[in-house]
Amino acid sequence: MTPEELQERAKDELERQGALRERLHVCTAAGCMSSGSDAVKRGLTAAVEAKGLQDRVEVCGTGCLGMCSRGPLVKRQSDGLLVAEARPDELDAMLEPAITAPRAEGRVLEPSDPFFAGQHRIVLANAGRVDPERIDSYIAAGGYSALAKALGEMKPVEVLAEVRSSGLRGRGGAGYPTGVKWELVAKAESATKYVVCNADEGDPGAYMDRSVLEGDPHRVLEGMAIAGYAVGADHGYIYVRGEYGLAIQRLQAAIKQAEREGVLGPRIFDGNFRFQIDLRIGAGAFVCGEETALLASIEGLRGWPRPRPPYPPEKGLFGAPTLINNVETFANVAPIIEKGGAWFSSIGTEKSKGTKVFAVAGKVSRTGLVEVPMGTPMRHIVYAMAGGVPNGGKVKAIQTGGPSGGCIPDELLDVPVDYESLVSLGSMMGSGGLIVMDETTSMVEVARYFMEFCMDESCGKCVPCRAGTVQMHTILKRLVDGHATASDVGLLRRLADLLRATSLCGLGQSAPNPVLSALRYFPKEFEDRLAERNPAEAPVAEGTLPHAVERERLRIIS
Amino acid sequence: MTVKTLTIDGKVLTGVAGESVFTVAWHNGIKIPRLCHVGGLSDVGSCRLCMVEIEGRGRLQASCVTEIEEGMVVRTDTEPLREHRKLLLQLLFAEGNHVCAVCVSNRHCELQDLAAELGMNHVEVDYLNPRRGVDLTHERFALDRDRCIYCTRCVRVCDEVEGAHTWDLTGRGGRLKLVVDMDDPWGKSTTCTSCGKCVQVCPTGALFTKGASVGSMEKDRGFLKYIVYARERQQWIKR
Repeated sequence: MTPEELQERAKDELERQGALRERLHVCTAAGCMSSGSDAVKRGLTAAVEAKGLQDRVEVCGTGCLGMCSRGPLVKRQSDGLLVAEARPDELDAMLEPAITAPRAEGRVLEPSDPFFAGQHRIVLANAGRVDPERIDSYIAAGGYSALAKALGEMKPVEVLAEVRSSGLRGRGGAGYPTGVKWELVAKAESATKYVVCNADEGDPGAYMDRSVLEGDPHRVLEGMAIAGYAVGADHGYIYVRGEYGLAIQRLQAAIKQAEREGVLGPRIFDGNFRFQIDLRIGAGAFVCGEETALLASIEGLRGWPRPRPPYPPEKGLFGAPTLINNVETFANVAPIIEKGGAWFSSIGTEKSKGTKVFAVAGKVSRTGLVEVPMGTPMRHIVYAMAGGVPNGGKVKAIQTGGPSGGCIPDELLDVPVDYESLVSLGSMMGSGGLIVMDETTSMVEVARYFMEFCMDESCGKCVPCRAGTVQMHTILKRLVDGHATASDVGLLRRLADLLRATSLCGLGQSAPNPVLSALRYFPKEFEDRLAERNPAEAPVAEGTLPHAVERERLRIIS
Repeated sequence: MTVKTLTIDGKVLTGVAGESVFTVAWHNGIKIPRLCHVGGLSDVGSCRLCMVEIEGRGRLQASCVTEIEEGMVVRTDTEPLREHRKLLLQLLFAEGNHVCAVCVSNRHCELQDLAAELGMNHVEVDYLNPRRGVDLTHERFALDRDRCIYCTRCVRVCDEVEGAHTWDLTGRGGRLKLVVDMDDPWGKSTTCTSCGKCVQVCPTGALFTKGASVGSMEKDRGFLKYIVYARERQQWIKR
C-alpha cells in the first residue's frame, strides 16, 4: 500500500460509514465482554439483519468506553449517547432518537456526564470510534497516516526532535523522558537494534494497557514502527502477559492485517523501511515487567533482572541496543507525529505533558478507565468523575502506583496528576492503577496486602528482596493480628531502608513504598495494632483463627 | 590497555579498564565482603553484600558488577553499609537452617566467617525454619538445601567451567529451589560428570562430600584459577 492508497482507503471507509444512518459501537474490551457485551453485539447484529437494515445500521465492536462498572456499554455514533447495561434485544430502543426506555431506567449516559466531560482522550481517542478487529476502521480514523508522514516527509532525526519536543515521558511509571531514551538508542552504533513494547502490566487493579491493546492494537503497532524508523531498528517485540488472552488475539490479528496491507513488514508503504513485530507471551511473573527481566524472558532465559548499567539502550535484547517503552507511551506516538510535539506539550503541566490513563477501582460509585490531562487534581478524578464513595461514605485515601506506589490521604487529594508531585507525597504515578479506599479500610492491612504481593512476586535473585519481603510481611501480619511490638515496627523501618537501598531491581527497591507511605500518613493505625493495645488479641495456638472474621472485614481486595 | 585511576576508601588506586570496583579493591587489599562473587566465574550481583557508595551516584552499587571509571570515588566501609550488610546476613541466617554447631562446614564456611567479621552477633528477624530437603542420591556428594543461600556459584561453575549445566533454579522468591536437571535426584542425573566443582565453590555446607562430619568439610577452589588462566591463554599445562 502506498500513502496515496492509504488515503483512498480512508476515504472509501469514511464514505461507507457516512452512508449509514447509525453506527452502534459495542464495547468489546474485557470488562464489558465479561458482563456479556459479546451477546449484545450478536443480538443487535441479528436484529439488524432480521429487519433488513444492514445498509443503514452497522453494529461494530470498539475499545474500552470507560465506565466499566456499567457494562455492557453501547455508544451511538450520531449523538455520542451511551447505553449502559445494554441488552441484546434493545435495537429498537437504541435507534429511537429519544432512547426512551433505557433512559427511563437510568441507563443512558450523556457525553456531558462529569465522568466523560473531565476527560481528554488522546490514548483512548479511538475508543468508541474504531473497531479493533478491522484495520480499515483504524485507517478511516486517520490511522497509519502518522507512519506515512514520518516515513515520507521526515528524517529520523526530525522524528526524534518531535518526540523530544513533545515532552512525553514514560507511561510505565518512572517517567523517563521518552525523547531522550529514543535518542540514546538512535545514537548507539550497531547493525542490529530492537524496539520492545512492555505490555506485562501487572499492578493489581490496573488495566490501562490491556484496554489499549484490546481496543486499539494498531495504534501501538504504528507507534512502534515510528520508533523503529526513528532509532534505526527493524525488529520489534511486544511482551504481553499471558493472562491477556483477548489482547493477544487482537494483537495477532492486527499484526497480520498490518503486514497484509504493507504497513508493517519488508517494504512499508512500498518504500525502503522494513519493520516486523513479533509477540512474546509472558508466563505470569510480575518481575518480567522490569525491563531487564523482560528482555531476559524474550531471550528465552529465566525472567531474572540483571544489574544496570548497562541500560538497554546501550546493551539490551540479545546484547543489541534496545528501545523499551510501555504500551501507553507507544500509543501517544502517532498523535504526536500527526499533530506535532508543540501541540502535545501544550497539554499538561510544566514537567509532565499530555494525558494519563487511570484505572479507577475500589470504593467509588463509578469504576473504570479515565484519561485526564496531566495536572488534573486527584480530587477531581475521585469525586467529580468517579462519584466518590457510594452511599455517602468518606474517602480515606487513594493508592496509586500499585505495589511500588503509596497511598495519598483524602486531605492531600488536591495534588495534581504529575510525576514529581506524586513522588513528593511518597507515592508515584505508576502505570495508572488508582484504588480508592474508604473509612472501613485498614491501612495496615493494605500495607500487608501489597507486601504479600511483592513477597509472592519476588524472583528470588537478590537477598534483600527474596528474604526481606518475607520478613516485612511477617511483621505486618503480626500487626494486623494485633501481636506486634514497638520494636517490630522499628525493625520494619530498618528492613524498608535495606530493601530500598540494596535490592537489585525496581521490584525490591520499591516494595517498601506502600508500607512507608502508610506509616507516614496513618501512624496511629499502626500504633493501635500493637499487642500492648490489644490485650484481648494475645497470640493463640496455630489452627484456631479467632480473628478471622475481623480480618475478613478488613480485607479490601480478595 | 587503558589504565584508570580511582579512589577507594581514601587510597588512590589504578586498574585496567573493564575491571570491576570489587576486583581492583581486592587486588589492593581492600576485602569487600561477598558471597556470590567468585573469581573466574561471571558475576550476577545477587548477594548485595559488596555494595559500595560511589560519589555522584544516587544509589549504592554492587561493586562486583560496577566497572571502574576514571576519577571514581568509592567508599566500601561506611556505617550505613556496615548496617546493611549485618541485616543482609541476618536475613540469610534466618532464611535457611544455618546451625553451625552441626554443620559439615563449621569453621570453613564463608557465611559464618562473614558474620564474625562484620560483627553480626544476633538475629532480630524471625527464623523461617524451612524444610527444603536433602539429596543424598549421588554416590560421592550430597546437597542439604536448607543450607543453600542461592548464590548460584554451583550453577555458574557447572555451566561456565564444566559445561554441563546440571544445576539450575526453579520457582521464585521464597519458593526458589536448587535443582539437578529437570528437578531429578542428583544420583539419577544424566548430565552430572561428578567433577565436584560445585562442591568446591559452594560457600556454605549446602554442597559437601559424602562422609564429611561436623567441621570436616574444607573446600578448595584453587582449580578455578588454573582452568580460567589456561582458557584465557590457551595453555593447558599446570604450572
